[in-house]
Amino acid sequence: MSKPVLEVNGLQTHFFTDRGEIPAVDDVSFHIQQGEVLGVVGESGCGKSVTSLSIMGLVPDPPGKIVGGEILYRSEGKETNEENLVELSKKRMRQIRGNRISMIFQEPMTSLDPLFKIGFQITEGLRNHSNISKKEAHRKAVEMLTLVGIPRPEEVVNEYPHQLSGGMRQRVMIAIAMSSDPEVLIADEPTTALDVTIQAQILELMQNLNKEKGTAILLITHDLGVVAEVCQRVVVMYAGKVVEQGSVRTILKNPKHPYTQGLIKSLPKLSERDTRLYSIPGNVPKPGSIKNGCRFAARCPAVFDRCLVENPELLQLEDEHLCRCFLYDNKEGGGKNGETALTGSQRP
Amino acid sequence: MFAYTIRRLLMLIPVLIGMSLITFSIIHLIPGNPALTILGQQATPAAVAQLEEQLGLNEPYFVQYTDYMLGLLQGDLGQSLRTNTAISGDIWPFLAATIELTIFAMVFAVIVGVNAGIISAWKQNSLFDYTAMIIALIGVSMPIFWLGLMQQWVFAQELGWLPAFGRANPRDPVETVTHFYLIDTLLSGRLDQFSIAFQHLILPGIALGTIPMAIIARMTRSSMLEVLRSDYIRTVQAKGIHQLSIVYRHGFKNAVIPVLTVVGLQTGTLLGGAILTETIFSWPGIGRYVFDAIGNRDYPVIQSGILIIATMFVFINLIVDLLYSFIDPRIKY
Repeated sequence: MSKPVLEVNGLQTHFFTDRGEIPAVDDVSFHIQQGEVLGVVGESGCGKSVTSLSIMGLVPDPPGKIVGGEILYRSEGKETNEENLVELSKKRMRQIRGNRISMIFQEPMTSLDPLFKIGFQITEGLRNHSNISKKEAHRKAVEMLTLVGIPRPEEVVNEYPHQLSGGMRQRVMIAIAMSSDPEVLIADEPTTALDVTIQAQILELMQNLNKEKGTAILLITHDLGVVAEVCQRVVVMYAGKVVEQGSVRTILKNPKHPYTQGLIKSLPKLSERDTRLYSIPGNVPKPGSIKNGCRFAARCPAVFDRCLVENPELLQLEDEHLCRCFLYDNKEGGGKNGETALTGSQRP
Repeated sequence: MFAYTIRRLLMLIPVLIGMSLITFSIIHLIPGNPALTILGQQATPAAVAQLEEQLGLNEPYFVQYTDYMLGLLQGDLGQSLRTNTAISGDIWPFLAATIELTIFAMVFAVIVGVNAGIISAWKQNSLFDYTAMIIALIGVSMPIFWLGLMQQWVFAQELGWLPAFGRANPRDPVETVTHFYLIDTLLSGRLDQFSIAFQHLILPGIALGTIPMAIIARMTRSSMLEVLRSDYIRTVQAKGIHQLSIVYRHGFKNAVIPVLTVVGLQTGTLLGGAILTETIFSWPGIGRYVFDAIGNRDYPVIQSGILIIATMFVFINLIVDLLYSFIDPRIKY
C-alpha cells in the first residue's frame, strides 16, 4: 500500500484557559490513504472537531495551541513531498489550506458570508491560489455548482446565501471546498444540521465526489449510521483520545472497546420496537478532569482496578484493528480473565 | 434598489412638511406679541405695527404658513431683521464653512476610528487594543473646548506649526465662488492658498473629530469582535485567504452597518454646527451664525438655520439608509 496522504502522529492540542490547561486532543494518531473515506466518531466534546481544526491550522489561538505531535501531508508530484503542517510557515499553510486540504463545516446556515455572491465565494479561494480571469472564475463557479447538483447554476452564482436553503448551502460549501480539486476533504459533521432526506443526498454527493475525483475524505460525525454507509475505516474517539480504530466492518461487527460496544448498542434497531433504547450511563468527563487511569473507566461496564490508576495504551489486536483497553492486554497485570477484575457489585 | 430609493424620497415629504410646521411655529410660540419681543419693551406702537406688517403677523396663520411654504419652495428663506438682506444669500458662506469643517473632521474620525477599531478587534487584548481603547475612552470623555485650547497652545503658540484661527489668510483673500475654501483656492489656481486653507482645517477638524473618532473606534471594535467569531469568517480562513483580506474584506463589510449608523448620526450632529469649536477657532460656521441670530432676536434667521440643519440631518440619514441596502442584500424594505 502506498504511503498515506495525511498522517496524524501523537497530536496534542491544548486549550489554555482560566481553569488551567485543557487537553482537548491528547495524543491522537491516525492516517488517511489516498482516495479513502475515514470516519472519526465520538460524542460532542471528544475532540474530533479540534482534531480537524488542528489539521487545517485553524485552532483559535488564543486559547488553543498545538503543543505536540506532527501532521504529515504527502503531496504527490513528480516526487513525493512530505511536509509537517504543524511546523509550516503561515504562508505555506495558506497555500495548502483550501487548496490541497479543504474543509466543510457543520452549520451551512451560518458558514457562508451573507454579503457576498455565491459565485464569488466559490472561486475566492481559487483566485487566491492561482491567477484566473473573472470570466474563467465565473465558468468555474457554474461548473462547481453543476457538479454538486444545484439546479439553475447560472442564476445561483449571482445569488446571495440567504436566497438558498440549508441543503443548497451545504452543497455550495462542498462546491467551495472542491473547487481547487483538493486531495483531502475534511467534513466536520456535514449533515448534522440538515434534515434526513437532505442528509442522504449530501452523503451521496460526497461519496460520488470521492469516487469520481479520488478525493480522500475525513468524515467527522457522531452518527454511526453515516459511518457504516460511507466510510472504509473508522477512528473512535473518547475524551480527546483514540480508543479504537479499524475497518468499518470490523468495528461494527466486532467492536472491542467497551465504549464502541456501548455506542453500537445504543443504535436504535428496527426489530426491537418496544424496548427502551440503550444508553451509556454517565456523562462525558470534562476535558482535563481525569488525570489518572482510563478516561472511560467511570462509565465502563467492564472496569477493574488497573483502569483507575494506569493509562491504557493503544494495542494492536489485528492487522488494522487498534484498541485502547486493558481487557486485551495480555502482557502484564491481567486482562478480562485476570484475578484482579471486579464484579459488578464491587465496582466503585 | 431604484424603487426603494424613490419610495424613501417620497417618504421624506411628510417629514419635511412636519419640520417646516415646527420652524414656522417658532415665532408664534414666543409668549406675548412676537413683534414686541423682537423690538424690545420700549418699542413704539407704530414700530410694532410696522414689524407685524413686515412679518405678515396680522394675517391668519393659514395664510402666513402658505406664504412661508411658497417662499421655501422658491428657495426664499425670508429676510434677516437685522441686516434686511435675503437669508438664502447670507447663510451659504457659513453653511459652506461648517460643511467643509465637518467633512474634514469626519474623514479624520472615520479613517482613524475605523482602523483603530478593526486592529483592536483583530488583535484583541494586545497592547495596541488596550492603548487604542484607553485613548478612545479619553476621547469621548474629554471636553472639546479644552482639547481645542490645548491644541492651540501646543501646535499654534508653542510650536508654531499650524494656524489657530479662521479659515484662510485674511490679508490675501481668494475669490470665493463655492465658499468651500479648498475648492475656491484650487479654482483660482492658488496652490499656496490651498495649502494654507488646509492647514487652517487641521486643528479645528481634529478637535471636532475627536469625539466621533472615539465613538466610531469603539463601535467598530465591538461590531468586529462579533463578526470575527462567526462561522463564515472561519470558512474564509479555511480557503487559505490572507488574514488581512479576511479582516478587511469579509470582516469589516459585515461589521460596517452599526458603524455607518454612528457615522451618519455624528455627521448630522456636526453639520448642526459646533458652537464651542467654532468660537474657539474663530470659525465662521452655521453654529455661530444661528447663535448670533439668537442673541439679536433675529427670528427669521433662527427659523431658517434650524430648518436647514434639520433638513441636512434628514438627508444624511436617508443616505445612510440607502447605503445599508447597498451593503447588505438582505435589507429590502
